[in-house]
Amino acid sequence: MESPVSSHTVSSAAADAAVVLAPAERAVRILGGELTERSLRLHLEGLSGVDAVGLEQRAEALGTRSIKTTSKAWALDKIIGLIDLTTLEGADTPGKVRSLVAKGLTPDPSDPTTPRVAAVCVYGDMVPDAVAALGVAHGDPDDGMVSVAAVATAFPSGRASLRVKLADTADAVAAGADEIDMVIDRGAFLAGRYGQVFEQIVAVKEACRREDGSSASLKVILETGELNTYDNVRRASWLAILAGGDFIKTSTGKVAPAATLPVTLLMLEVVRDWNRLTGERIGVKPAGGIRTSKDAIKYLVTVAETVGEQWLQPHLFRFGASSLLNDVLLQRQKLTTGRYSGPDYVTLD
Amino acid sequence: MSRLAVPKTYKLYIGGAFPRSESGRSYEITTAKGAFLANAAQASRKDARDAVVAARNAQSGWSNATAYNRGQVLYRIAELLEGRHAQFVEEVRASEGVTAASAAAQVDEAIDTWVWYAGWADKYVQVAGSGNPVSGPYFNLSVPEPTGVVAIVAPQGASSLLGLVSVLAPALVSGNTVVVVADHAHPLSAISLAEVLATSDVPGGVVNILTGSPAEIAPWLASHADVNALDLTGAGALEWIELQIAAADTLKRVVEPEPGVPARSLDRILAFTETKTVWHTKALL
Repeated sequence: MESPVSSHTVSSAAADAAVVLAPAERAVRILGGELTERSLRLHLEGLSGVDAVGLEQRAEALGTRSIKTTSKAWALDKIIGLIDLTTLEGADTPGKVRSLVAKGLTPDPSDPTTPRVAAVCVYGDMVPDAVAALGVAHGDPDDGMVSVAAVATAFPSGRASLRVKLADTADAVAAGADEIDMVIDRGAFLAGRYGQVFEQIVAVKEACRREDGSSASLKVILETGELNTYDNVRRASWLAILAGGDFIKTSTGKVAPAATLPVTLLMLEVVRDWNRLTGERIGVKPAGGIRTSKDAIKYLVTVAETVGEQWLQPHLFRFGASSLLNDVLLQRQKLTTGRYSGPDYVTLD
Repeated sequence: MSRLAVPKTYKLYIGGAFPRSESGRSYEITTAKGAFLANAAQASRKDARDAVVAARNAQSGWSNATAYNRGQVLYRIAELLEGRHAQFVEEVRASEGVTAASAAAQVDEAIDTWVWYAGWADKYVQVAGSGNPVSGPYFNLSVPEPTGVVAIVAPQGASSLLGLVSVLAPALVSGNTVVVVADHAHPLSAISLAEVLATSDVPGGVVNILTGSPAEIAPWLASHADVNALDLTGAGALEWIELQIAAADTLKRVVEPEPGVPARSLDRILAFTETKTVWHTKALL
């Protein structure tokens, strides 16, 4: 099932108009008529440009809020409940995944009131280990359980044929992944082949379907560090939502810069606009580079101020992080004991 | 024509940089007769927290440096102190109100103390370590190793430079990193010492110097879980029993207060070391 636009080289309006895309439900609803490469391009390139200075200033202003005492305690627990605890290394072993799961279930053994993380995020082949390690605690974070998220589609580069990407996705879903983090084809996006990116997301969304008719939640990684401009981030966000993504995620964590506050704010604004347009709620996941509680609290403020506090729940907002959790635990220990804690009192990751 | 005075602002020394206090506070340093001398930063608990983080990050690099290298770096500080001799004499004289001769004697003594401790860097292990007799075909060796991050309350009230050097140098010798609260009333020479450290070969974060109220900062350092040892030499006027109790919560090594300037001694070096004992088979050659 190769994409019909993969041979597309010269973009001419006539050729674009002839390329018919998969009729993804959201795109058809918004763009109307027959969905073609041309109609998609017109829509994405018709989005207004981003005021970069204004965006960065807004993000900086949101980062200056001082969150203290009871609000801070609330924020820290909220952050833990929104974390996708992540290990995405070539050196991942079943043992490492088991210890990640143990940490996700009981982040701070010295304080049983510490909430669980929302999910653990691993490579597709480690999903069976994560599912086995979670056991009865595997489930929906809304029920106090922990989900399993798997990165798929030739993560992190996304450089593989669609056939491979779909098989990657289907394997992870079959192994019990509740959420799929896919990467978009940045090469195709930057070359202007929006239709190809669109078709791939639609196809991966289809591959997330399980036999019983339910579907794994699809997070679309834009890898904003490789998209170069805010305008591109806005276009890619719209593209991912139109194609059916349940979440839009900033980065793989393998490219610098990863998540930044302005980029996340921009994506939240797209999500807000989409919500106003259709009433649907799309999730956002900043990932990579968020290492301190202080940073994470800035993100909470940004979410609450942009899309509203109802977005601060695991089905609409996540942090992709590994070292963030330890810093949150140190801050939490400081709040409960009244003295500064140290790295000897949390796990080595 | 008279020239406008350009007074120096004395800032903190944390992680190799000279930040103002996070709290934005400062306090006035006066001469012994009460005339304005300079503004110094008044460190808060968050500055102490940042200093501990910097000290922790610098710890492995400093303790993994070879003993010979540490000795050279410490000796280099003494060389630079010598080069700035006149500045230190002037600061000590102005701040403490002593005679120029007495200030010069103090600076000389401080430099000699650095040299004395620098020499111990590659020797204290031989003196304090041991080869233990055991009833088996094993070598059994005990060696002292640095404790980690040491928080120090420097001697308060007199001999500000010598007092600081006498507590700082022995902690550094074995490879500890240090957060030190300087003499509250006479912090100028401490910050000038920081300028010496910043331009010598001491890695940033190995020494962190806070100026301000020891009564305010010391409790946070004493209870800090990431501080491994607490030197209360200059804390005699504080509620130091409380500090000791707070330190016990996280099993810190504690050195109790002592009046005046502590004398040079190997014990001060060994107070911030942990003994590691290893067994090793005798080779069957």
